[in-house]
Amino acid sequence: MYTGIDLQQALIDVLMGFGLTQGVAKVLWMPLPMLLVFLVASVLALVCTWLERKVSAAAQQRIGPEYMGPFGVLVPLADVGKLIIKQDIIPAKADPILFTLGPVIVFISVFLCYLVIPFGQNLLISDVGTGIFLVIAISSIAPIGLLMSGYSSNNKYALLGGLRAAAQSISYEIPLALAALAIVLMSNGLSTVSIVNQQADYGILSWNVWRQPIGFVIFLISALAECERLPFDLPEAEEELVAGYQTEYTGVKFMLFYGSSYANLLLAGLLVAVLYLGGWELPFPIDRISDWFGISKNTPWWQIITASLGITMTLLKAYLFIFTAILLRWTVPRVRIDQLLDLGWKFLLPIGLVNLLLTAAFKIALPNYFGG
Amino acid sequence: MNLGEGVQAVSLVILSAMTIAAAMGVVLIPNIVYSAFLLGGVFISISGLYLLLNADFVAAAQILIYVGAVNVLILFAIMLVNKQEDYQAVKLSLVRKITTALVCIGLFCLLALTVTSTPWLLTPNIAAVPSTLVIIGKHLFTDYLLPFELASVLLLVALVGAIILARREFVPDPVATEFPAAEESLSLLERPREQLVGSSSSEN
Repeated sequence: MYTGIDLQQALIDVLMGFGLTQGVAKVLWMPLPMLLVFLVASVLALVCTWLERKVSAAAQQRIGPEYMGPFGVLVPLADVGKLIIKQDIIPAKADPILFTLGPVIVFISVFLCYLVIPFGQNLLISDVGTGIFLVIAISSIAPIGLLMSGYSSNNKYALLGGLRAAAQSISYEIPLALAALAIVLMSNGLSTVSIVNQQADYGILSWNVWRQPIGFVIFLISALAECERLPFDLPEAEEELVAGYQTEYTGVKFMLFYGSSYANLLLAGLLVAVLYLGGWELPFPIDRISDWFGISKNTPWWQIITASLGITMTLLKAYLFIFTAILLRWTVPRVRIDQLLDLGWKFLLPIGLVNLLLTAAFKIALPNYFGG
Repeated sequence: MNLGEGVQAVSLVILSAMTIAAAMGVVLIPNIVYSAFLLGGVFISISGLYLLLNADFVAAAQILIYVGAVNVLILFAIMLVNKQEDYQAVKLSLVRKITTALVCIGLFCLLALTVTSTPWLLTPNIAAVPSTLVIIGKHLFTDYLLPFELASVLLLVALVGAIILARREFVPDPVATEFPAAEESLSLLERPREQLVGSSSSEN
């Protein structure tokens, strides 16, 4: 049965045409999606840094980067070039092993989460059964890297920054997980693809934002806190802690931190898109259109159109979140550490529990609307 | 042996070696911070072993709870204390270490004997399930309901205890009695700190 484009099978067939066995061809295929997603995530994170400069400039009535390429789009590349050729300094009294391992752990834990982020029905590395739970679990490794770099820098600002980062991400992980749990309750599965498919029926009306408004707000706040963005950027608060755990870092190691913080922001945006804004779905159900025109869903050119529309929609939704986060960064003052922890434990956690209870009650009472 | 089996065999060897090496490091390295970080390595390797056993949910839960919460809290405690202090030399340390090693080796031999002599009931073919979640959920709400509820009650008790310890205003002031020493050993040593003048007192 023909089910549309299958890139994996096509590539394996081509490679077998060159005389390779099927096993070898499969091994050659396997790293390709990972490499592609890694590259795309890096490029999109670089776009985030450019967007940050432009939006902050607009918020302060400046022009921002202008001369490097059209609208200064080459600034991120210049950044990367500068950071790569900088000298890699390890402070004399620092612990060299932990100092190097810290940024690596943070970087790996952020990029591993892209394993389950879907850009389309089959456009993801692996549709793991544990899906969203895996993302929450893996992103909880990052604080260890932050603590490691904060401790090994042998600098009180770095240590305080690392401790704050760990405290913050432990506190806000719980409301984040509770908000995601309410979504999971509605979609009867942890897999990210099934979560999106459950929001696919009626276009924009069936997106989870309308069914989970409280969870949406909780998720937005916790995601900002997990990304250490203003108003929750306590771990690297410039006025108090120099740069927190990043204080002693230069060159490539700093680039790992910088890159992973923006990749984390992008990840949060993609998660918001997948969990609440219908993932790759358009505001109107695209399957209806193909039915009207009598196009089979498996026609190759139609598949290419839907896939590219899906990727565009996912990225648009993700960048909507990122744009909001950047605007917030340049308009809202920072909270104090006690206010931050109060907000997490005394407000978001109870509200998250209530939201979960409400969702369960609605699921039993109105199974048609809440995915019974 | 096809590709999948080969990868599984290699990862089993690597993960076991990592687990054992990291666990030995936790015990043998004198620097407590290294030990704590290596403990995280042990937990991650064990979750890899769970993954090899098709227990994907347990593997993710292992990472979330043991690495993300327990290990971070251990590190947090160590770093908040952050006291650079060399351990004082213990008397007869060599004898103590040898005794400990002997006891540990004996325990290991005993366990190995038990493992090898027990006739394990092995199911030859386990049907591959797309997700272990459904099965775990069914078990939790049927034959493992009582342990599940008991565990939740235990966690609730621990939660209440932690909150009482954290909100020290509920701890009664020590009452002067004839036996102050006995009283002191039963009461909490830490007392609520007086609020500093000028710090915010309106936040509660």
